[in-house]
Parts: sequence; C-alpha cells; structure tokens
Amino acid sequence: MKHSNSTLFSLSARTIRPLVAAIACASALSVTLPALAADFDGARIEMTMPFKEGGGTDTWGRFYAPLIGEQLPGQPIVVVKNIPGGGSTSGANQFQLRAKADGRDIFASSGSTMFPYILGDKRVKYEYKDWTAILASPTGGVVYISSDLGVKNVADLAKLKGADLKYASQGATSLDLITLLSFEVLGLDVKAVFGMKGRGEARLAFERGEVNIDDQTTSGFIKKVQPLVDEGKAVPLFSWGVLGKDGKIQRDPTFPDLPHFVEAYEMVHGSAPSSERFRAWKSFFVAGYAAQKGLFLPKGTPDDVIQAYRESAAKAIAVPGFKEKAEDVLGDYDQAVGDEAGMMFAEAVSMDDEAKAWVVDWLNTKYSAGLQNEE
Amino acid sequence: MLDTLISSLLTVLSMQHILYLAGGVFLGLMIGIFPGLGGIAGLSLLLPFLYGMDPISALAMLVGLVAVIPTSDTFTSVLMGIPGSSASQATVLDGFPMAKQGHAARALAAAFTASLFGGLFGALMLTVFVLIARPLILAFGSAELFMLTLLGLSMVGVLAGNSLVKGISACGIGLLLGSLGAAPATGEYRMSFDNTYLMDGIPLVVVGLGIFAIPEIIDLLRQNRAIAEAAALGSGWIEGFKDVIKHKWLSIRCAVLGTLIGALPGLGGSVVDWIAYGHAVQTTKAKDNPQFGNGDVRGVIAPESANNAKEGGGLIPTLLFGIPGSGSMAVFLGGMVLIGLEPGPAMVGAELGTTYTIVWSLALANVIGAGSCLLLSKWVARLTLSPYALMAPFMLMVICFAAFQATRSLGDLVALLGIGVLGVLMKRFDWPRPAFLIGFVLAGGMETYLYQAVQFDGWSFLTKPGVLIIAAITVASIYFAVRTKPADKTNDSDGTTDTQAATEAPRRRASNLRPQIVFAFAVVGLFGYGLYDALQHSFLGGVFTAGLCAFMLVMSLIVLVKLLRGRLEDPVNFDNEVEAGYSTDNSITSLPHYVYWLTGLVLGCFLFGYLIAIGLFFVVFLLLKARTSIIKTLSLTGVALAFLVVLSHLMVLDMPRGLLQEMVQLPWPLS
Repeated sequence: MKHSNSTLFSLSARTIRPLVAAIACASALSVTLPALAADFDGARIEMTMPFKEGGGTDTWGRFYAPLIGEQLPGQPIVVVKNIPGGGSTSGANQFQLRAKADGRDIFASSGSTMFPYILGDKRVKYEYKDWTAILASPTGGVVYISSDLGVKNVADLAKLKGADLKYASQGATSLDLITLLSFEVLGLDVKAVFGMKGRGEARLAFERGEVNIDDQTTSGFIKKVQPLVDEGKAVPLFSWGVLGKDGKIQRDPTFPDLPHFVEAYEMVHGSAPSSERFRAWKSFFVAGYAAQKGLFLPKGTPDDVIQAYRESAAKAIAVPGFKEKAEDVLGDYDQAVGDEAGMMFAEAVSMDDEAKAWVVDWLNTKYSAGLQNEE
Repeated sequence: MLDTLISSLLTVLSMQHILYLAGGVFLGLMIGIFPGLGGIAGLSLLLPFLYGMDPISALAMLVGLVAVIPTSDTFTSVLMGIPGSSASQATVLDGFPMAKQGHAARALAAAFTASLFGGLFGALMLTVFVLIARPLILAFGSAELFMLTLLGLSMVGVLAGNSLVKGISACGIGLLLGSLGAAPATGEYRMSFDNTYLMDGIPLVVVGLGIFAIPEIIDLLRQNRAIAEAAALGSGWIEGFKDVIKHKWLSIRCAVLGTLIGALPGLGGSVVDWIAYGHAVQTTKAKDNPQFGNGDVRGVIAPESANNAKEGGGLIPTLLFGIPGSGSMAVFLGGMVLIGLEPGPAMVGAELGTTYTIVWSLALANVIGAGSCLLLSKWVARLTLSPYALMAPFMLMVICFAAFQATRSLGDLVALLGIGVLGVLMKRFDWPRPAFLIGFVLAGGMETYLYQAVQFDGWSFLTKPGVLIIAAITVASIYFAVRTKPADKTNDSDGTTDTQAATEAPRRRASNLRPQIVFAFAVVGLFGYGLYDALQHSFLGGVFTAGLCAFMLVMSLIVLVKLLRGRLEDPVNFDNEVEAGYSTDNSITSLPHYVYWLTGLVLGCFLFGYLIAIGLFFVVFLLLKARTSIIKTLSLTGVALAFLVVLSHLMVLDMPRGLLQEMVQLPWPLS
C-alpha cells in the first residue's frame, strides 16, 4: 500500500518537474533569488548501485539509504537501483550519462569503481571530477601470513626472502592491486594465483594451506582470521593504516598494536618511502581503503541540493546510537562527510603521471593486464 | 547442546516466527512461479524492508523466501518446458513430456512431494552435518573441485542421446560459450570483440532460458495447439504422491547428493539437478522400463529431491565461511549482515542456536511451500489445456523481463535471441541441449580450478587422495552410464534425448542432410574461431580454450564427416522436421516464422524500448495469431503492461531503453 502511494506521488512529481526546472532556469537568468531550500517531499530517490544485490557495497548502500532519506528535507524514500556489469563500470557509465542533477539520483561508488578510472580502463566513460562527494566510508585491513613460515612479526620480514610465498587474488586490477603493489614495494617475491571470487574464497585457500600469505578487510579479519591467530595458525604482519587529517598514514585504531604499512616499509628498508611506486600505492590505498565507499551527486547538481545532502549525511552519522548500529556494516571508522570526503576522493583520483605510467607498465609486464598507457 | 536444540526448536515454532516465515514463503512462491526471476529478484524485493526489523523475524522471512524458490519454479519447468531457475533445468527433461501427455498434475505432485521430502531430509541431515562440515569443506581445495567438475562433465555421457560425438560436441559449445569473457588467470578478454556485454560472459539465466524456453515456445506455437495433447488431464495428483513413496530410496539418495554438493562452495547449486538426474538414469536397470526423456517420473523425482536439499547445503559455506555458493545465497548473506549477523566459525560455536533456527526454518518453509504448491497443482495444471497462442506473449514477456534482470541491458535480450536460435537449431538436429548446458555451467569452474590447482601444487595435485577418490567415482559413473545404455543405438530413440520422437512408431529418417551439414559446419567453424582467438592471448589466458577447441574440432569434424558421407542410418543423422513429421504436415508453420517474430520484438526494443515494444508485440500477436477480439486484446495487453510497470517499480528496475528514449524525453514509465 505504501508503495502504490509513492508511485502516485513520484508520478505527479515527475510530470511537474520539467515545469519547475523551466521556471527555475528563467528566474536564475533574471534575478538572483535566494537559494530555494531543497525539498524532497514525496520523492523517490534512486541510488545507482553498480553491483549485484548482496555484495559489500550493496549492503553498505542499503544500510545508508534509509538513514540519509530520513534526514533529507521532506524525508523521501531512498531506493537502491542495482546496475551490475563491467566490474562496476556499467552502472557508473549509466549514471554519468543519465543521472538527473536534481538530487533524485545519487551514486554509490566503491574502490572497484575508482580503480578502472585511475588506470584508464577503456570501459570507463565516467568522470569522478564531475561528481560531488557527499560521504566517504573508510575501511581497514590486515596482511597476515601462515605461522609455518616461522615469522613472528613484521620485523622478521627479511627472513621471508627466498620463501615460496603464494597469494590468492581476485585479479591484478581488482582491489587486490593494493596488496600486490605492497608486496612489490616491500620487495617481497609473492606468486599471485588469480581467479578467486572474493576475499572470502582467498581466505579459504589460506585455511586449506594452498596459499600462505593473505589479507582481509577489518571485519573479515576480526570475525574469521583472529580465531586462526588465536589457534596459532596465522600471524598478523601489518595493517594498512588509516589516513589522518594531515594526509599522513596512521595506525588503524582497530589494531593499535599492529604497525601500519609505512612503518612496515621503514622496518624493511630503513627509510621512509618516497618513490613513484609508493605514490601509486598511496593513491590506490586511498581509493581502496581510506575512502573505499562513497556517495556522489552528479554533475551540475545545484548547491542547495548538495548542501541538503551533506547536512543530512552529517546528521545521519551523528544520530545517537549510530555507531552501535553501524558496527557490523561500517566497522569502527570515522565517516567523512562533505568537503572532507571530497578531498579524500580528489587525492585518490589525482595520481601523478610518473606514478601512473609506472603502475600501468608494472601491471602489463608482470600480470599481462593489457592496459593502455597514455603516452 | 540439548538446550540449544530445544530453544531453537521453540523459536522456530513460535507464532510470530511462523507468520513471518509464511510471509517469506508466499512472496517466494509468487516470484518463483515466473521463470528466470528466482531468488535474487525476490530477495531484492525483500531487502529494503529488512533493515530495522527484529532479526529473528527478518531471518524467518529471508529463509522462507530462499527455501521455496526451487519449489515454485517447478511449475513452468513441468507445465511449459521452461526451466524456472537453474535449479530445475533437469526437471524439464521428463516433467514436460509428462505434461504433454496430459499427466501434468501427476508430474507436479511428484515434483512437490519430492521437493518436500528432499527439503525435510536435507534439513535433518544438516542438523548433524553442520557440526562436521568445516573440516570437510576445508578438505575440498581447488584440485578436488576441479575433479568434481570432471565428474559433472561425465554426466554428458548419460545425457548425450543417440550419438556420443554429437553429445560431446554440444558440451564443447557450452564449454566454449562459458569461457567467453575474462580469463580467470590473467583477466584477458576472450572472444568478446571489445563488446562490454560479452566481456562479462553471458549470464546463466539468459542461456538457460534461451536454450530451453525459446525452442519450446516456438515449437508449441508452430503446432498451434494446447500443451497437453490429451483433451483432458489424465492421472491425478494422488498418483504423483504414490510415485515418490515408491521411489523413496532414489529420493533419499538424491537429497543426500543435493546437500553434499550444495555445501561445496564454488561449484554450488547449478549442477546438482543434473547430477541427480544422471544418477537416476544410471541406477535404473533396464528391467524397470526406463523412459527417461519421454516422461519418466523418476526423472522428475530425482532433481526435485536434490534441488531443495541443495538450498540447505548451500547455507553451510554461507554461514560458516561467509562464502555464498549461488547468487541467491549472496543476497541472503547481504541480508544477514544488514540484520546484524556476521557469518563465521561462531555459527557452529556460540551462535549454533541461530544456525539451527535457520536450518529448521528451512524445513518448515519447505512444508508450507511444497504443501501449498501441491494444493495448487490441480488447478494450475489446467493451464496446459488452454490454447498456446494466448499464453505465448505472456511467456515471452516474462522471459525477456527475466533475461534483462540479469545485467539490466539490451544486450541480455540480444543474447537471449542468439542463444534461442542456437537452441532451436540444436533441438531440430538433436544436439543434446542438456550436454550443452552442463558444459556452460562447468566451464568457468573447470578452468579456474585447474589453473589454481596447478599453481598451488603443480601437476602433482593429481596424486592427492581426494582427487583419486573423485576420479574413481567418475570412472564408476561412466561405467554405469555405458552399462545402462541400450546396446543397439542405431535402432531406437535412446530415451535420454530431449527430443519428442515417437517411441513406438518406426522412425522417419531425414534423407536431405543439407541443413544438418550446414549446422555442423558452423559448429566446426566456431571451434576453429575459438582456437584462433585462444592463440592471440598469453599462454595462461588461452591454454584452456585452445586445448578445448582443438579437441572439440576433432569431435565436431567426425560429426561433419559422418554427415557428409551421407549414411542415413548413422545415429548422427537427425532432423526433427522430418522425424516429427513437420516437413510433410501443412498445418505446421515453418521454423523461421516465429524466429522472425522474436527478432521483431528485440528490434522493437532497440527502437522504442522494452515497454512499448512488448505492448505492440502483444497487440499484433494476439490479433493475428490468437485471433482475440480487439477488446480482449487491449485488456490482456493492459494487464500485462500494468504488471510489468508495477513489478519493475517495486524492484527499482529500469526497463531497457531504445533509440526513441535516447532522442526524446518521455514521461515515466515510458522512459
């Protein structure tokens, strides 16, 4: 019943919308009106989700949809529209092409949507720089190894030289790129075995003893790897860390005792990283972890709508009890809203040419990724 | 332990729980009855409501919905020869012939009783199995999973029909189509012509509907009659019930198979029904008068017992490891996280109570679901008596809708048409479509697991004990398949083909082999192109398809040479146009006629978008083919379109847009 109501509402709203837009345009030309506060009463807001139902980003989006909706003026219904395909590029392309800039279309982005964009995948026809970020959700992760290797912590990493290390991966240009790149930056010789359908399968391969080095995101690590650590089967090496407000990488608050990746690097190499490889790593780290998931508004969205969204996101995460409710879906990480989110995504998508050329070349030669270099 | 069992049982049997469960079950029944929509569509309808619900009630709804999809999808499999979901593809082989003979009610009753039994037995088995499942799942690595795909492929021997070389070649087409798109080892795109749609591979839903549903719809339309040949429905549902009692051991064995195979992550549910079907064929002795392929009730009982048990099995990797075995389990997992349940080892430790609640809810949902289907089957079976021209546009509408549910692009419809034409030709020339589908389903897993096994252990993986055991089972399976095959293959229809050749009457043989030769030539060309394409890639990206195509080239060339030599009595010679007497019967419409209709529909979607195109199709088709009055035509069209609009609105699904929508801004829902 509730639904048939909303159908009627959205129908009538849709029919008058062109009219409203025309009046708005005309008035914008003649006089500068005070920004009309956005109102979504009775509207149905569609969150374009470039993944199938059920995955991590879909669950994240469905978690946020009602929370954002109830804080927006007029309390609209926010629905999730799944458009899977092309490793999440299809949905993003469609959003770029068709989304209306009136606040009724928002986009749920994940690291998997950013990576092909950063790497210049030819399927990408969307432009992150056109979009406005509302919200960014970070996550963390831990790299761990089998205790059979005899390494007690990351300081012993040098012992692994010459060891037969295997890592189960979903693909060289998937989110696992960060992990593969970390091994490269640390100078670890790890053989990647591809074709896994998710980090869960990879962890299973680790538990079976088929591979001996692996990484999991924070929630996966706590629920499924920590028991292995307690049994003495796995040894955590380092966490990815989190991005501080100063742009530096800090220890992950969930794993305060574990060194983060940059610390691990310093332990191995004796100096802070600075090469183009590390700059590439950092961009991917921001896109894949520090701002892994995000909500965006399309190009040309009016300021009042942007403002309404940013305020509603800020209010949604400030609601008492949010942190407890969010624990399972978001983990214990601070959500970034508005300009802060925008800055994080800007950092993720603005890799310098030297770093990009290096990473594309590395992926092509080492993993036959078939990417095009821009020169 | 005992208090956990009792408290879970009390939760399951509480009034509130049963109410929510029943809610989920009825939603599942309504969705599942539409072919191809299945669990993912149902769960995505449900997901928005889960958030904020009390976890136990939310879980009850989720379980209820997941449990009954493989029950209600049986309706279209049996009544129309359209596999409702990948779980009931094998049911079509014998269920549909039974419906044609007027035994629809009996087939449905047998299917639902078997579903009910399989689901209950599966839950019982799970209660114990869940405690020991973890080490078992950990014992199945890539090497063992690869061997299981080989075991699955050995079923092709059982389902190959008259000519083994044709069966293997058909399986090869499936394997090749299944390995379209990104190579698991390197991510290189194979045979995808830079087309974004092909890069992802063709979705299973589209292939399943194209290969079975389209040829069946076209065949029935050409004959222009009702599905059931008999004017009245023959045997009733009591008989179907008795059939299951009679074959209870078959049902138990298949339920065990379903639970175990369903529990293996990665291989999952899509082959369970075929393995169960193959098992039924293999274990039925000649003295028991097997009629597989022509309406043997055992061919319905086996896959239906297995596919409900499978859902329970599929819960194990989902709950214990957080690895969903199928698309619907992936959504189930998402739902679990939303209501605050994180899968993991704790599900058999501290959270064991929740696990048992889920397992027994599954059993209870099966009782409610199969029970209501059983009661309904008597009436629904009457559909087989109505003229098909009236039903066809509805079926086509639902199938197209289900197909573009897969990736939500026009490409789905084009792929559906392409696979549909392939299906029509394979049906005509008796290239066994089940063998094709098994190949398609197993292609990805086979290549991935082989590559991974070699990377993990080198070729020494072949000496692992688990691998050797599965190899032995495979050999035994092939042995049984050979043993149960009638010795004189050339004489009579073998019974496992999916053709409807008359069983008693002497066979008419095609004397003009030209059409068959052209098709066989095209198949050879396909493998030739596959080989060429494979050689363009890196070693790891192309080795699987190269080896496959090289072998299949030999097999398909044997077929071609046999046809070229023109020996009419050779088992490779089969042309349904002649065998079924279509070519001499003037009342039968020509084969391409309805293919043109379908092409027109897809073309219409390109121009005007799906909604307008299907509306036009309805009007024109009903007026010209079903010859209904204008008023009836318009009201039927209106009902159909209203249904589409409401469903897609609820599912937040944009219908495919055509050129018209790209050029002109149209009001909703036409946009």
